[in-house]
Amino acid sequence: MDRTADDVLSIIADKGHVDRERLAYDARLADLSIASLDVIEIIFALEERFQIEIPFNANDARQEFDSVGDIVRAVEAEVAQRRVA
Amino acid sequence: MGKVVVTGLGVVSPIGVCVPAFREALFAGRSGIGPLTTVPTDRLSVRVAAEVRGYAPEDHFDPRRLALLDRISQFAVVAAREAVAMAGLAFSGSLAARTATVLGVGVGGIGTLDDSFHRLYAEQAARLHPFTIPRLMVSAPASHVTMEFGLTGPAFTASSACASAGHALATALMLLRAGMADVVVSGGTDAPLTLGTLKGWEAMRIVSPDTCRPFSRDRSGMVVGEGAAVLVLESEEHARARGAAVLAELAGAGMSADARDLTAPDAEGAARAMRLALDDAGLDAEDVPYINAHGTATAANDATEAQAIHAVFGGHARRLMVSSSKSMLGHALGAAGALEAVATVLALRHGVVPPTANFTEPDPACPVDAVPNEARSVPIRAALSNSFAFGGLNAVLAFRRVPDGPAGFP
Repeated sequence: MDRTADDVLSIIADKGHVDRERLAYDARLADLSIASLDVIEIIFALEERFQIEIPFNANDARQEFDSVGDIVRAVEAEVAQRRVA
Repeated sequence: MGKVVVTGLGVVSPIGVCVPAFREALFAGRSGIGPLTTVPTDRLSVRVAAEVRGYAPEDHFDPRRLALLDRISQFAVVAAREAVAMAGLAFSGSLAARTATVLGVGVGGIGTLDDSFHRLYAEQAARLHPFTIPRLMVSAPASHVTMEFGLTGPAFTASSACASAGHALATALMLLRAGMADVVVSGGTDAPLTLGTLKGWEAMRIVSPDTCRPFSRDRSGMVVGEGAAVLVLESEEHARARGAAVLAELAGAGMSADARDLTAPDAEGAARAMRLALDDAGLDAEDVPYINAHGTATAANDATEAQAIHAVFGGHARRLMVSSSKSMLGHALGAAGALEAVATVLALRHGVVPPTANFTEPDPACPVDAVPNEARSVPIRAALSNSFAFGGLNAVLAFRRVPDGPAGFP
């Protein structure tokens, strides 16, 4: 696992109050009891950590995160874009 | 227990700074939502708002007085002037002490706080303006309304975020029923469009990038607004004795707390407040053809509100008209419940149900007749106005049409 993904999982575990071992990429946030307010806190922490902007609107299913992997991939994409920019 | 009636209305809103303009836009389904102009947007992803347009403070206040008035207090006083004038009241003699002032405020004088703290933290100012505190205090709008008319009865602010004005009007109703006042100047006000506040809303990830589409399948979140609305409430006895034009009856109120979640809405708490309002007003579910919904256009609120309506109204829910004025007014937080109460009174008076603007297609998760985009001319006898706040604090008002009200007024 690369450094970015590792940091993302640590932040999800911390802000989502979930054991790190349970954070498989296909694990659904709802099944991990990560509530909507936890998700926006996770995103805030990730944006601060990586100095990125993650497109996310709680009203828009296209911008919502369903699984742990969704979050990791979104951060990796934004971090990669920032490196290019 | 005597009835409580509405005898005056006043508004400062994104769709009009007076009741006639407000009514015209409301019934035409004309939205006041547009590009954010009063706050620099270079550091914001939120680019739209429902701003009060065509409002110049110096048209309403002399410069000396203006120094003491945050935008939130200006709005409250301007709306109160219209409402009191419409009610035809003069507060001379003993009436001043028998008149209460209860205003809902969600945020308070945040424009003053934002400016002051920018000066302090960013510009390293050594001192702040001496009026900083009296301008920003949450009760300042209520104080200014008392001073404007010399009202010396009970006066205070009710604060419950987005339901503040609903709680204020419910409290006004109780004061009148309890005989603690003959008249209450009540409503709500907020002016929360500042960079600091909008950054906070941005971080909640529930603000729409374009506009407010309540109950619509493609709804994309709420739009922050601003404004004020004031209603003059009186005991029916007092209003009749002075021959006042009665606009509607405030027939009941229901209040509840979800006691569950700080941001997620709860159908059970909302349903309980609606049931209590119906009971308090002596209305059966079938007596109510229209609900002016809380309808913020967040995914969660509208589905939860629809669910609560079905729980309360059963089979009647599908025949109910349920529109959200926030599609035109945005969400003016502490003022929202009062602006929507005015919309509800106008609907009853004119027999016109205001539409939900910006509506594109029904959402199976919100199975209600949202009165899409076009007002309906249909006489209604009673209506509810819903306010459900962050933090699970709910207030629902029940209004009833007054059959012998003056024609075409206001």
